[in-house]
Amino acid sequence: MVVIPDILVQGAQMALVLLLSPLLTGFVRKVKARLLRSRGASVFQPYRDLLRLMRKEVVLAENASWLFRVTPYMIFAATWVAAALVPTFATGLMFSWTADLIAIVALLGSARFFLALAGMDVGTSFGGIGSSREVMIASLAEPAMLLIIFTLALLAGATQLSTIAAFMASPEVGLRVSLGMALVALVMVAIAENARIPVDNPATHLELTMVHEAMVLEYSGRHLAMIEFSASLKLLLYVSLIACLFAPWNLAGSGAGPASYAVGAGAYIGKLAAAGVLLALFETATAKMRVFRVPQFLGAALMLGLLATLLLFVSRSL
Amino acid sequence: MGDIVFDIAHMLAGGLVLVSFMLLYQDRLYALLNIYALHALMLTLSVAWQAFSQAAPHLYVTAAIALVFKAIVIPVALHRIIQRLGIHREIETVVGVGPTMLAGMGLVALSLVVILPVTPEGDPLAREDLAFALSVVLLGLLVMVTRRNAVSQVVGFMSLENGLVLAATGAKGMPLVVEISVAFSILIAFIVIGVFLFRIRERFDTVDIGALDDFRGERR
Amino acid sequence: MAIAILLWCIAALIGTAVVAVAAARSRHAMRTVYALCFAACGIALSAALFHLAAGGGAAQTLTLPLGLPWLGAWFRLDALAAFFLVIVNLGGAAASLYGLGYGRHEPAPHRVLPFFAAFLAGMNLVVLADDAFTFLLSWEFMSLSSWALVMTHHREPSNLRAAYIYIVMASFGTLALSLAFGLLAGSYVQYGFEAIRAAEHEPLVAAFVLMLVLLGAGSKAGIVPLHVWLPLAHPAAPSHVSALMSGVMTKVAVYGFVRIVFDLRGDPVWWESMVVLGLGGGTAALGILHALMEKDLKRLLAYSTIENIGVIFVSLGLAMAFQANAMQWAAALALTAALFHALNHSFFKSLLFFGAGAVLTATGERDMEKLGGLIHRMPATSFLFLAGCMAISALPPLNGFVSEWLIFQAVLQSPDLLEWGLRIMVPAVGGLLALSAALAAACFVKAFGVTFLGRPRTPAAERAGEADRFSIAAMAVLAALCLLAGVLPGFVIDGLAPVTLALIGESMPVQASLPWLTVVPIAESRSSYNGLLVFLFIAVSASLAVFVIHRFASRALRRAPAWDCGFPNSSPLTQYTAGGFAQPIRRVFGTLAFRAVEHVDMPPPGDTRPARLTVELHDLVWEWLYAPVERAIGFAAVRLNHLQFLTIRQYLTLVFLALVTLLLALAIWS
Repeated sequence: MVVIPDILVQGAQMALVLLLSPLLTGFVRKVKARLLRSRGASVFQPYRDLLRLMRKEVVLAENASWLFRVTPYMIFAATWVAAALVPTFATGLMFSWTADLIAIVALLGSARFFLALAGMDVGTSFGGIGSSREVMIASLAEPAMLLIIFTLALLAGATQLSTIAAFMASPEVGLRVSLGMALVALVMVAIAENARIPVDNPATHLELTMVHEAMVLEYSGRHLAMIEFSASLKLLLYVSLIACLFAPWNLAGSGAGPASYAVGAGAYIGKLAAAGVLLALFETATAKMRVFRVPQFLGAALMLGLLATLLLFVSRSL
Repeated sequence: MGDIVFDIAHMLAGGLVLVSFMLLYQDRLYALLNIYALHALMLTLSVAWQAFSQAAPHLYVTAAIALVFKAIVIPVALHRIIQRLGIHREIETVVGVGPTMLAGMGLVALSLVVILPVTPEGDPLAREDLAFALSVVLLGLLVMVTRRNAVSQVVGFMSLENGLVLAATGAKGMPLVVEISVAFSILIAFIVIGVFLFRIRERFDTVDIGALDDFRGERR
Repeated sequence: MAIAILLWCIAALIGTAVVAVAAARSRHAMRTVYALCFAACGIALSAALFHLAAGGGAAQTLTLPLGLPWLGAWFRLDALAAFFLVIVNLGGAAASLYGLGYGRHEPAPHRVLPFFAAFLAGMNLVVLADDAFTFLLSWEFMSLSSWALVMTHHREPSNLRAAYIYIVMASFGTLALSLAFGLLAGSYVQYGFEAIRAAEHEPLVAAFVLMLVLLGAGSKAGIVPLHVWLPLAHPAAPSHVSALMSGVMTKVAVYGFVRIVFDLRGDPVWWESMVVLGLGGGTAALGILHALMEKDLKRLLAYSTIENIGVIFVSLGLAMAFQANAMQWAAALALTAALFHALNHSFFKSLLFFGAGAVLTATGERDMEKLGGLIHRMPATSFLFLAGCMAISALPPLNGFVSEWLIFQAVLQSPDLLEWGLRIMVPAVGGLLALSAALAAACFVKAFGVTFLGRPRTPAAERAGEADRFSIAAMAVLAALCLLAGVLPGFVIDGLAPVTLALIGESMPVQASLPWLTVVPIAESRSSYNGLLVFLFIAVSASLAVFVIHRFASRALRRAPAWDCGFPNSSPLTQYTAGGFAQPIRRVFGTLAFRAVEHVDMPPPGDTRPARLTVELHDLVWEWLYAPVERAIGFAAVRLNHLQFLTIRQYLTLVFLALVTLLLALAIWS
C-alpha cells in the first residue's frame, strides 16, 4: 500500500504550514526591527503571543451573536485548508487535486466574507469602517488574482497548482513579459491581501486608516488568537504560492523518496527566509498610502493582470 | 533563430508597452520625465537586441541615437525647462486614471487584433514587434489626448515616436539616412515645442492648454 | 407517460386558478390553493426528474386539439424541457410551501391566489410548448399573470409605475419573439418546432433571429439595457411571487433563448457569440454595481438577479463561440455551466427572496437602513439567509462556486479558438466576471450585515419575531439544496449530460464514477475540484481547532459592553448604513458607472442647520436610452393630438390617402 506514506506526507504538509507560519511573521518583524536599528522581539514571540491569547478568557461584546463566535474558527479552518493545498516542499500530494488555484482563492474569499460580517456584528462604527474598506479592497484584488491565474493557466493549460509548478520548472517556459507582469501583479495582490504596508499597516492600532485591525477590534482571547493565527497562515500561503509558481526549484515530485522531501523542505525554508527579508525591506522602504490611493494601486495590479493575458497572445506558443 | 533570441526581444518590446502604461498611470511631471527616459532606454535595448539578432550593425547607430538623445538629452532638457518655468508638478488629466488605463487596454487589444491576423505567415519577431509598436503609438496618442499640460503632451508625442522607431527596426531595418533624419526632425520638433512652451508661458502665465482654448474664446 | 402527467398537472393548476377566482374570499381558500399548487408542482417535479434521470432518452410528444384549428397545440418533453421543468416546479413547490405561511399576512388574497396558480401553469406551458403559436400564447399568459401579481398592491403609486413599465416591456418582448418566430417559420409558414428545426436558415435571417431573441427573451431575463422593468416589478409583487419571478421566470426566459438559439436556429457564427458575451459581461458588472448602491433589500436582490443573468449569458455566449469553432467538448462544458448556474440561481435567489419576505412581515420594512440586529430575533431566518448569501457570493463549498468555477474553466479553453477577436475578448470578459463575482460578495456582506447584524436601528426592528414554520421549512429545503448541489456537483453535471448531448452532440465526462466524487471538466491534470472534500476538510479542521482550544486552553467567557476603541454608549445610528458601507466602492466605480457626484452642504459656524451630504447617482441606461424614447413619444403624441379634431371629410381623406399609398407601395414592390 502506498496510501499510508501519502497520507503521512499530506499530514506533514498540514502540520508544517501550521508550525512555520508564526515563525515567518516573527521573522519579518525581527528583520524590520533590525533594519530600524532596534533589537526587536525574538522570532518566537508570535508563538508566545498565540499561547498567551489562547489561555486568556474571552471578553465578548454584549451584542455579539453566534456568528461572531463562530467566525474565528471558520476563518482559521478555511485559511488552513487553503494553505495546506498549496505545494510547499512537494507537488502532487494526496489531496492536491481537491482544489485548484481558483478554489484556493475562493476559500480565502470565504474567510474574508466571514471576517467582514464579524466586523459588522457588534454594531460599532470602527467595525463597519474596516468591513466596508476590506470589501472594497477585495473587489479589486480578487479579479486581479483571477487574471493572474488566467495568465498562468493559459500558459500551463491547467489551473491545478501541481501542474502549473511542473510547467514553470520545465525549460519550455522561457522568458516572457507576461510572466513578469503576472509576478508583479501577484506581489501587489499579496501585499493588499495580507494587509501589509503600503495598503494597510499590520502593526497599527487606533488609526483612522486601519482596515484589518478595525474589523477585529472587538475580538479577544482565543478568538483573537485564531484570527492572528489565520493572518500568519495567509501570509505563509501567499509566500508559498509565489515560491511555488515563480521559484519552483527543488520541489519534490509525487512519490519521491524521503531524501528529496528533505531537500524540498530545506529549499522551502530558504525561500521563506528570502521572501521574509524582501518583504521587510520593502515595508521599511515605503510609506503607507491614503485609503483612496489603494484602488489605484490595485487597479494597476488588475491592469497588469489583464495586460499579461493580452500579451500572451503575441508570444510564441499561443 | 533560437527561442531565447525571440524571448528576449519579446521581453524588451513588451517592456516598452508596459512603460507606456506607466506613462499613462503617472501623474507627476518629474516622475513622468524619468519614466520617459526609461521608455527610451527600453527602446535602446530593444533596438540593440534587434541589431544583434538581425546582424545589422547600422541598427546599433539607431540604438545609440535613441540612447543619447531620447534617454539623456531630451529628459534633461525637459527637466530644466520645467525648473525654469517653475510649473506646478501635478498633471491635470482630462479623464481619470481608471478609464484611461481601460482605454489603453482596449487600444492594445485593438492593435493585436489588427496586426496578428494579417501577418500569420510573417517572421514571428517582426510580427510581434509590429503589434507592440502599434500599441506604443496608440498609447502615446492616448497620453497626448488625456493630458492638459503641454509638457506631458510633448512626452506623449516623444513616446509615440519611439513606437515608430520600434516598428521600423522590426521590419528588417530601415535605411540609416531615414533613421537619422527622423531623429533630427524629432529634435527640431522638440526645440520648436520648447520655444513655444516659453512663448505660451510668457503670454498666459501657464502651460495649461486650456488657456489657449480660452483665448480663442472656445468653451472648455 | 411523463408528458401526460405534466399536462394534467398544468390542467390542475389552471383549475385551481379558476376555483380560486370563485372562492378567494372564503376562509380556507388560501391554504387550499397553496396546498394544491404544492401538490401539482411536486408531481410535475417528480415526473420531470424521473424523465431526466432516465437519461432523457426519447422525447415525448403530444398534440392537443386546442388553439389554431389546423395546427392544434403541440407539446414535447425532451431533456432540455425536463431540466427547466425541474427548475420551474421546484421553485413553484418551494414558493407554494412558503405561501402557506406567508399568505396569512396578505391583505388582499383574492388578488394573489388565482394569478399565482395561473402563473405557475403559464411557466410550465412555455417550457412544454412545441410550436410557435403555443409558445407565444403561453409566454404572454405567463407575462400577464405575473403582471397581475405585480399589481397586487395597486394602491401604491410606485407599484403602479412598475406594473406599467413591466407591461410595456413585456409586450415589446413578445413582439420581438413573434417576429423571430415569423422569420424562423419562413415563407412556408411552418410553426411547429419540428419543421423549424429541420429547415435551413439563411445566415442573415439567423442573425436577425438572434437579435430578436436577445430583445425578446433578453428583456424578460433582464439583460442590460432591457433590464429597467426588473428591479421595479420584481420587488413590487408579494415576496413569494418575487422569488418566482426572479428565481424562475428569468430562467424560463433563458430557456426561450437556449431553445431558439441552440435548438431551432442552427449553428451560430463566431461574431454572434461576441455580441452575447459582451452583453452578458456588461449585464453582470452593471447589475451588481446597481445592487451595491441599493438600500432596499428586495430591489438589491432584483439587481443581483440581473447580475446572475449576465453570468448565465456569458456562459451561453462561450458555448456559442466554442460551437462556432467546432469545439464541441468545450461548448458542452460552457452550456453545462450555464444551465448549472441557472439551477443554482433559482435555488439561492428564491431562498433570499423568501428571507426578505420574512423580514418584511416581521418588521414591515424593506429599507435595510431601518433594520439591524435581526440575527438575535430571527435566528433561523438569519441562518438560512446567510446560507443563501454565501451561495450567491460563490463561496466554496456551496453551489454558486461550482457553477462559476465551471464557467472559468470554460473561459480558459479560449486559446484554441480561431478568431483573434474572440481569443482576446474571452479572457477580458472572464476578468469582468471575476470583478462581478467579487462585487457580489461585497454586496451580500452588505445585505446580510446591515439587515441582520449590528444593533436594531428602529423600534420595528427591535420588535421583530421569528417567521412561521412553513416559511422556514421552504427556506431550509432550498438552503439544503444549495449545500447538496455544492458538495455533490457531479450528479447535477451528469443530470445535464442528456441536455447538452441533445443540443450540442457532446457532453462533459461522466462525473459520478470518479473517485471521491471529484468534478473534472476536461482532465484531472488540468483542473479538478472536490466540493465534498473541501467541505469535510473545513468541517474537520474547524472542529479540531474548537476541540483543542476548549479542551487544552481556555473556555472562559465574559460578556461586557462593546469596546469600540473606548467610545462608550454610542447610539445605534452611528453604525455603518447600507449607503455608508458601499461608499468606498462607489468612489471607485461610481464616477464611471453612475456619474456619481457628492454634494456637501456645510453650514458656516453659528448656523444651526445640520450639515448634509447628498449623493447624486445617474442611471445612465435610463437617461440615455429610455428617456429620449419617452420624450420622442410624448412629442409625437402632442403633435398628433390635433388629428383627434378633424372633420369627417378630413378623416375620409386620410383613409383614402393611406389606401392609395399602400396600393402604390404594392405596385412598386411587385
